[in-house]
Amino acid sequence: MSIEALPAGEAARADGPVLQVDDLSVTFTRRGEAPTRAVDGVSFAVDAGETVGLVGESGCGKSVTSLAVMGLLPRRGVRVGGSVRFGGVELVGAPDRTLRDLRGADMAMVFQDPLSSLNPVVPIGTQVTEVLLEHRDVSRGEAADEATRLLDRVGIPDPGRRLKEYPHQLSGGMRQRALIAMALACSPRLLIADEPTTALDVTIQAQILELLRELVVDTGTALVMITHDLGVVAGLCDRVHVMYAGRIIESADRHDLFARPRHPYTGGLLASVPRLDGARGAPLTPIRGSARDTIPWAEGCAFAPRCDHAQDDCLTEVSGSTVPLEHDGPARELRCRHPLRRPPSATGATASGAAR
Amino acid sequence: MLRFVVRRLLQLIPILLGLSVLLFAWLRALPGGPAQAALGERATPEAIARYNELFGLDQPIYVQYLRFLGRAVQLDFGNSTRTGRPVTEEFLERMPGTIELTLFAMVFAIGVGIPLGYLAARRHGSWIDSTSVIGSLLGVAIPVFFLAYLLRLVFAVELGWLPGSGRQEVRIDATRVTNFYVLDGVLTGEWDAAWDAFTHLVLPGIALGTIPLAIIVRITRASVLDVVNEDYVRTANAKGLATQTVRRRHILRNALLPVSTTIGLQTGLLLSGAVLTETVFAFGGVGSAIYDAIFGRDYALLQGFVLLLAIMYVLVNLLVDISYGLLDPRVRVS
Repeated sequence: MSIEALPAGEAARADGPVLQVDDLSVTFTRRGEAPTRAVDGVSFAVDAGETVGLVGESGCGKSVTSLAVMGLLPRRGVRVGGSVRFGGVELVGAPDRTLRDLRGADMAMVFQDPLSSLNPVVPIGTQVTEVLLEHRDVSRGEAADEATRLLDRVGIPDPGRRLKEYPHQLSGGMRQRALIAMALACSPRLLIADEPTTALDVTIQAQILELLRELVVDTGTALVMITHDLGVVAGLCDRVHVMYAGRIIESADRHDLFARPRHPYTGGLLASVPRLDGARGAPLTPIRGSARDTIPWAEGCAFAPRCDHAQDDCLTEVSGSTVPLEHDGPARELRCRHPLRRPPSATGATASGAAR
Repeated sequence: MLRFVVRRLLQLIPILLGLSVLLFAWLRALPGGPAQAALGERATPEAIARYNELFGLDQPIYVQYLRFLGRAVQLDFGNSTRTGRPVTEEFLERMPGTIELTLFAMVFAIGVGIPLGYLAARRHGSWIDSTSVIGSLLGVAIPVFFLAYLLRLVFAVELGWLPGSGRQEVRIDATRVTNFYVLDGVLTGEWDAAWDAFTHLVLPGIALGTIPLAIIVRITRASVLDVVNEDYVRTANAKGLATQTVRRRHILRNALLPVSTTIGLQTGLLLSGAVLTETVFAFGGVGSAIYDAIFGRDYALLQGFVLLLAIMYVLVNLLVDISYGLLDPRVRVS
C-alpha cells in the first residue's frame, strides 16, 4: 500500500503541487432567476504530504469548491470557470471519461454524513471492492482480500464479518472509517475530506482525524480538509484558507493564522470557539448576524455588514475594484482594508491549545 | 422468518371466515337464485322447489353455511350449479389461464414501465418526460374494457394480426398437462400449440397490463428522481465507477424498492381475476368464470372461486413481503 503510493507522491513533489487551483469560479444558473456565484476566484495549491484546510461557515462555498475540483457538480445549470490542474492534467472541462478514470483512483473524497453517503442496500464489502475492480486489474478474490486489509487498516475490528454487513448495521464511526477505506482503496495522491467528522461523537472525531494524519504521513497523500471546526484545523492542517461568501479572505500557515489572525472574520471565528479553561459563565463571543447578512462582493466587502471594524470604505466601491486579496507578509494573503492589529481577546483558541 | 410466515398464514383463518360469511349473505341477497337462472323465467314453482331440494338450497341459510364450511375445509366447494362439475376442478383448469395472462401483463408492464420511467427521470423536463407523464395519466384514466374493445377491434377484427378471443385455437388439439397452455406446449414439444396460446395472450395481456404499466412508469420516475440526488450516488460517482455501474447498483437498486411493492400489489390484483378483460376476449380464466357465475347465480362456484382467490391474494402478498426483505436489508424480517 504505502510502497505503492510513495513513488507517486515523490514524483508529484518533484513536478510541483499535486493540486493547483487557479481562479476557480462556480456559478449556478436557473431559468428565470439571476445566476448565483457560489465560488469566486478561488486559488490554492496542495503539495504531496501537505494538509490544506478550507475553513468557513455553512454556505461559504467550501463544499462547492471541493465538488468542482472532483468534477462532481451536475453539468446542467452549473458553470465552472478557471483552472483545476491535478498532476498536470486540466480538469475543468475535461471529458467525463477522464474524470471517472481519475476519481477513486488518483483523487478521492470522504463525505460529511457517512450514513447517507453509503448505499443502504449494498454490503460494505461490495462498496469497497467496486472501487478496486473499477480501477485496478484484480480478480474478485484479490479485491475481497484487499478490502479486508483496508478495513483493518482504517481500524474496523473483525473486518471479514463487517464486509458482509450493510451500512445500517455499523456505528457512525465505523461507517466513516468504511468511507475512508473506500477513498483509500487505490492509494490516491489527493484526498478531499469534506467535514468528515461533523456527524460523529467527539471521541470518534479525534480517532478519525488521527487516522487521516497517519495517512498523510505514511503515504504522502495530499489532503484537503474542508471544515468549519477550527479545532480540526489546529490539529491537522499545515496551511489554512479562510473562505467567506465564495471567496478566500485570508490565507496563512496554521501557526501564523492562530497566533495572529488578520481578517476580522478569522478573528471572530477564533473568538467564538468555546474553551474549557475559560472563566465559568463567561459569555461566548459569536460573530454577530448570520451569513444571510452578506452583501455582494461587487458592493464592497461581503463581511462588512457583520464586521465590528467596518469603516465607510468597506461598504463602497473604491477605485473601481472590489476588495483585493493581497500579499500580507511572508506566505500570507489577506482580503481586508482594515485588518486586525493585534490578536483578539484571550478567549480564542490557539494553535497549541487545540480547541478539540 | 418461519414464525413470520406461520403468523401470516394463521391470520388467513379469520380473514377467510369473515369473507365466507359475507359472501354467503351477499349472494343470497341477490334477487333470483340458481333455480330461476337455470330453469328460466317460466319455471313452475314445483320445478324450482325440486331444483332447490336437489342442491340443498331449501335448507335454512345457517345449515347451508355450516355444510359449506364443513366441506370447504377439505377444499371441496361442491359442484357448480351451472356445469355440474366440481368447483375445485373448474378452478384448477381456469386459474392457470389467469396466471399466464397476469404474467404476460406484468412482464409487459415491467419491461416497458421501468426503462420508460428511468428515461423520463434522467431526461427530466424533456419531451420524453412530459410524454410519459401524460401517457401514464391516460393509461390510468382509460377504462380497461374500453381499451380491451379497442385493441380487439383494431388488431384482431380489422387488421387480423392477432387472435381476439379464447386461450387457444380449437382446431389445435393440444395435449393438456398442467393447464398452463403455453407451458404445456413447451413440455410436450407441441411448439405450434405453445405459440398459438402465446399469441392469444398478447391483446388481453396488453389491455390488462396498461394500468400497472402506467403506475410503474410514474413510481419509477419519481423514485429515480429522488435517488439520483442521494449522497450515496455522489459517493459512487466520486469513486469513478463506470456510468452503468452507478446506474445499476446505486440508482436502480434503490429506486426500484418502491416499484417492487407496486409490482407485488398489482400482480395480486390481476391474479384475482380480470373480469372485464377476460370477458371482452372470452378468455377462459377465472375472471370470465366469475362473470358467468354471477349472472347464472352459481352460488357454489362463486363461493369457491372467491375464497380460493382470497387465499392466493394473501399468499402473493406474503411472497412480496418476504422478497422485499431480500431486496432491502433494512427491513429484513428476523
